[in-house]
Amino acid sequence: MAEYQNIFTRVQVVAPSYAGVALERGNKEREGPPWHSHLLGRLGDAQIGPIYLGWFGLASLICGFIALEIVGLNMLASVNWDPVQFVRQLPWLALEPPSPAMGLKLFPALNEGGWWLMAGFFMTASVLLWWVRMYRRARALRMGTHVAWAFASAIWLMLVLGFIRPILMGSWGEAVPFGIFPHLDWTAAFSIRYGNLFYNPFHMLSIAFLYGSTLLFAMHGATILAVSRFGGEREIEQIVDRGTASERAALFWRWCMGFNATMESIHRWAWWFAVLTPLVGGIGILLTGTVVDNWYLWAVKHHVAPIYPAVFPPVADPSTLPGLSGVRP
Amino acid sequence: MTAALRRTATVLVLGTLLVLAGCERPPVDVVQRGYRGTGMDEIYNPRTVDALAAKNVLPPDTPPVPAAGPTAGQVFQNVKVLNDLSVGEFSRLMVSITAWVAPQQGCTYCHQGDNMASDALYTKVVARRMLQMTQHINADWKSHVVDTGVTCYTCHRGNPVPANTWTRAPAQTPAYAGNKAGQNTPAPAIGLTSLPYDPFTPFLDQAENIRVVGGTALQTGNRRSIKQAEWTYSLMVHMSQSLGVNCTYCHNSRSFADWQASSPPRATGWYGIRMVRDLNEQFLNPLASVFPPARLGPGGDSQKVNCATCHQGAYKPLYGASMLPNHPELAKIRAVVASASAPLAAAASSAPAAGLSAELLFAVGSPALTDEAQKALAPLIDALKADATAKVTLSGFHSATGDPAQNEELAKQRALAVRAAIETAGIAGDRIVLDKPQTAEANVAGEDPRARRVDVMVMK
Repeated sequence: MAEYQNIFTRVQVVAPSYAGVALERGNKEREGPPWHSHLLGRLGDAQIGPIYLGWFGLASLICGFIALEIVGLNMLASVNWDPVQFVRQLPWLALEPPSPAMGLKLFPALNEGGWWLMAGFFMTASVLLWWVRMYRRARALRMGTHVAWAFASAIWLMLVLGFIRPILMGSWGEAVPFGIFPHLDWTAAFSIRYGNLFYNPFHMLSIAFLYGSTLLFAMHGATILAVSRFGGEREIEQIVDRGTASERAALFWRWCMGFNATMESIHRWAWWFAVLTPLVGGIGILLTGTVVDNWYLWAVKHHVAPIYPAVFPPVADPSTLPGLSGVRP
Repeated sequence: MTAALRRTATVLVLGTLLVLAGCERPPVDVVQRGYRGTGMDEIYNPRTVDALAAKNVLPPDTPPVPAAGPTAGQVFQNVKVLNDLSVGEFSRLMVSITAWVAPQQGCTYCHQGDNMASDALYTKVVARRMLQMTQHINADWKSHVVDTGVTCYTCHRGNPVPANTWTRAPAQTPAYAGNKAGQNTPAPAIGLTSLPYDPFTPFLDQAENIRVVGGTALQTGNRRSIKQAEWTYSLMVHMSQSLGVNCTYCHNSRSFADWQASSPPRATGWYGIRMVRDLNEQFLNPLASVFPPARLGPGGDSQKVNCATCHQGAYKPLYGASMLPNHPELAKIRAVVASASAPLAAAASSAPAAGLSAELLFAVGSPALTDEAQKALAPLIDALKADATAKVTLSGFHSATGDPAQNEELAKQRALAVRAAIETAGIAGDRIVLDKPQTAEANVAGEDPRARRVDVMVMK
């Protein structure tokens, strides 16, 4: 009997390789003989392969590789091709979008944002091709396309940030740089520029769904692990054939909080929370700068931001005070 | 299996330590400054504060000497700034400057050994200009330094060149790839962020607009980009870094732009930015021709000041301790009245007709218009000639100290002198409005040339 009361996977089933279901005509065969990895088996399924790449997968990988190379080589060039400095400064390095003065120019000079446009094009192509591949693989297995649509939600946020919003604002310079710290500093600057993004209601919703997702994931994972000694991991069967594991899990949550999800609905909860996180976040980004310029003032106007008692003596903007001759604004 | 687990655990612990290596260890002190629950807190690491406090003690000093006897200008040759100090005062200040600026190098860091009066060493020329700058700061920038003021020691702290200066970042050599767009290089002056690494050239040398946030809820044409916000952000990180404070020392975490919700130091900081611009423009940039190439930046410009030059990690330089009571000569204004009026004329010439204004400064007890005042008045007279409907208002100010009746009469005489000057230039007397004499509060705390002024403003 396996030890279920453990937070790590202690069970590793050793079985002959499974080639997968037969595919309909028009599909390429899966490639490569399958093999088993004990270490990967500790985290997931020990069987690796056979792999299905297909033309979409291949094109996606090539595009992704090109995008990565453009970004990486530009970073390397920015430290004068010094590999040591490349490693040392890597978190700071970036490929920056064209300057706002360039507007939506399609073919700026390579070093003035042209590389960024190319990297963005190939990254977007790579991601979209991977989406097509995901959709087609799900169809080939006669599955639903839930995974592809959840992925599409993330792609939506990516496109809003790097493509749709810059076009609406009329400048590629509005988009995100490719870089580790630079894209984080960009995010903070975005919030500063638009008067505090935390007052953006779609940003609020997105945070609620994001944190909600982690909460749901923790609750669900913990519940299933806790009832796995009663066969609780056979969730799909228990949707229609509720066993003692299901009953206990349901009772546990009813005792704890008066309400419980079911073996089916918990997965819809999780899917919607995950999908809505980037979906509403993208809406919030799309409205920023195009419709709303200062989210703090927007929140004050609509009574979202409360008025706190004054603590400091009144402070006036010195640039509005008279008698400032000799002081440049 | 246990060996593998232990190995994994070791790697995890080491990795976590590596990630946390850049963090300060707890505990830290949190001081609530704003309304509860709004995050308006100042965070201090007591260990950092202790280390900083040790570096911010005032240097030993000798008591002031009497201002009796012949002046330095009479006794020594080539004394241009401190010539009306007594020989005793002058010598004491020279000894202090040596201790503050060149304790290892001694007098000969600036003076030629065989001829102390010679200007042969560039350091002496620079030092003279820096004395004028110190007096200018103490007299004309009370909006930032109040009565605490600055001395050479505020920046130098025993170093011939202050520890924190900046020069223009050289432009990246053009290539076909690797454009950093002026950012993405860890620089200590901007807190090792990936933000633009030279926010000083646009904001503290040139006077580019720092404000990026719009004043309306909905979009009404504010075209400031996120990249511009990054430049502003970079300057703000520099200020935070230089003063050892959080953003919330000046700003409200809810809205960085909103002045009403800001804390009072934000206004002090606003004047500080203007002060630094003024110093870089008037004093530091022109010295580029005086310095030897080794002292210049890669762009050939002289080393300039930013917030860190004085503050050096403290919210107030030397934690607000003033050295001026012992060195009143550095707070004197007579030497700087000339240079103080220079930015007035510059500001006046670029402003539109309405709202154009000038401050005309007068000598103690005198209603006579100085040459500087005449010069500052010229653009206003031009504006009045250009627009026949514009009027001009004059109001004389006098200090709050002394006999009020006599002061008021003096302020009136000064305003009348300005009116006479405007009428002489051909402007009709009915276009000149005289305001009643006003008391300048500025002079309660100490001598301030702005207490002896006439404000002139062109109105539509």
